[in-house]
Amino acid sequence: MNTALKISEYACPDVVVSTDWLSQNLNNPKIRIIESNEDQLLYSSGHIPGAIEIDWAKDLNDQFSRDYIQSDAFSSLLSRLGVSNDSTVILYGDKNNWWACYTFWVFKLFGHEDVRILDGGRLKWVSEGREITKEKPKLSETKYVAKIRDDKTYRAFRDEVLLVSKNRGQLVDVRSPEEFSGERLHMEGYPNEGALRGGHVPNAKSMPWARAVDTKTGCFLPASELKALYVEGLELDPKKPTIAYCRIGERSSHTWFVLHYLLGFEDVKNYDGSWTEWGNSVGYPIER
Amino acid sequence: MKLENFLSDLSMFTDRDERMEFLIDIASRFKEVPSEIAERPFKKENKVPACESDAYVWLKDNKLYFAVENPQGISAKALAVILDENFSGTDDIKNIPESLVDTVFGSTISMGKGEGLRGMVRLAKNLG
Repeated sequence: MNTALKISEYACPDVVVSTDWLSQNLNNPKIRIIESNEDQLLYSSGHIPGAIEIDWAKDLNDQFSRDYIQSDAFSSLLSRLGVSNDSTVILYGDKNNWWACYTFWVFKLFGHEDVRILDGGRLKWVSEGREITKEKPKLSETKYVAKIRDDKTYRAFRDEVLLVSKNRGQLVDVRSPEEFSGERLHMEGYPNEGALRGGHVPNAKSMPWARAVDTKTGCFLPASELKALYVEGLELDPKKPTIAYCRIGERSSHTWFVLHYLLGFEDVKNYDGSWTEWGNSVGYPIER
Repeated sequence: MKLENFLSDLSMFTDRDERMEFLIDIASRFKEVPSEIAERPFKKENKVPACESDAYVWLKDNKLYFAVENPQGISAKALAVILDENFSGTDDIKNIPESLVDTVFGSTISMGKGEGLRGMVRLAKNLG
């Protein structure tokens, strides 16, 4: 399917851009391009012209509390990176935009209005032979003013998850099937982010996050295929509140993005405490 | 001794960006396993478990060889060069410290990336 047509069929087509669109807008002064990767060497090895980097661990996480930075730190970060409150921010990265979606979610916690994801991320841009550069852009510091971090609209906490679980509300577990079943306590290759108990939050439904992506191209699936997975397959109602979780809240930010922006689910939250909190919590119920 | 010299060089880069550049430069010296050692499809026994960069390791005549199938696996390529340049031809392959990954890439490396790279070290040691 043509990329522009595919994007036009999403519930919020304004939050996804194609590589063609970005190529034509590289010199648009209103745009700030930001790369967020898992592999820390990738950005410096070459990036989209004009792109700056946000490192999920170094820049977005509070180093002394299991939490995200507060709005003053977010304001300082974006001011330093030359982002204005009215900038159109284009996010992209490795791993099917996994980390780009995580950064997107954090931008929304601070109320940045115009944030978009580059469909296909770094993989598609590079595989199409488009220009990359090692030259870092010259940044003019701005005076970005972030809103107070909104922990209510898009972020779920443990006791809310417990209530939704008891009331048989909509919970989506985006980890691997082995993690969901409790066969494995952590994602393959991620042993240090494990938990004391394996399994899932009672009444959660399983849909591994990467099912929403064509892994050959890194692009989001068309809306009709996403609908088949989540609405018809999992029987989720787009009008009912939904919470996604994974191990530490990053994979589920990808599913959060897909459900809310691509499929138009009205009320979706990301439970960033996720399994490393739930599976280690005393007295919280587990289903296998 | 080679490793000590390398780590001493690395420790001079206290600036994150300069350290990244140093590692990217190392990765640029990556040479894939020659066809006389291994040809595709590579054997499963040479594949690094849990490495999302699809890395492979071989040892022949006390020299380490590598393949990294993910074109974006730049950290895996850097580590392959570090292992080859510091351990090939020595008696220390089976004693490569697993802490090398954290020493080189830092403690902020993600769990997944770190475990894949540690898997490369473990496989090289097992072959040694």
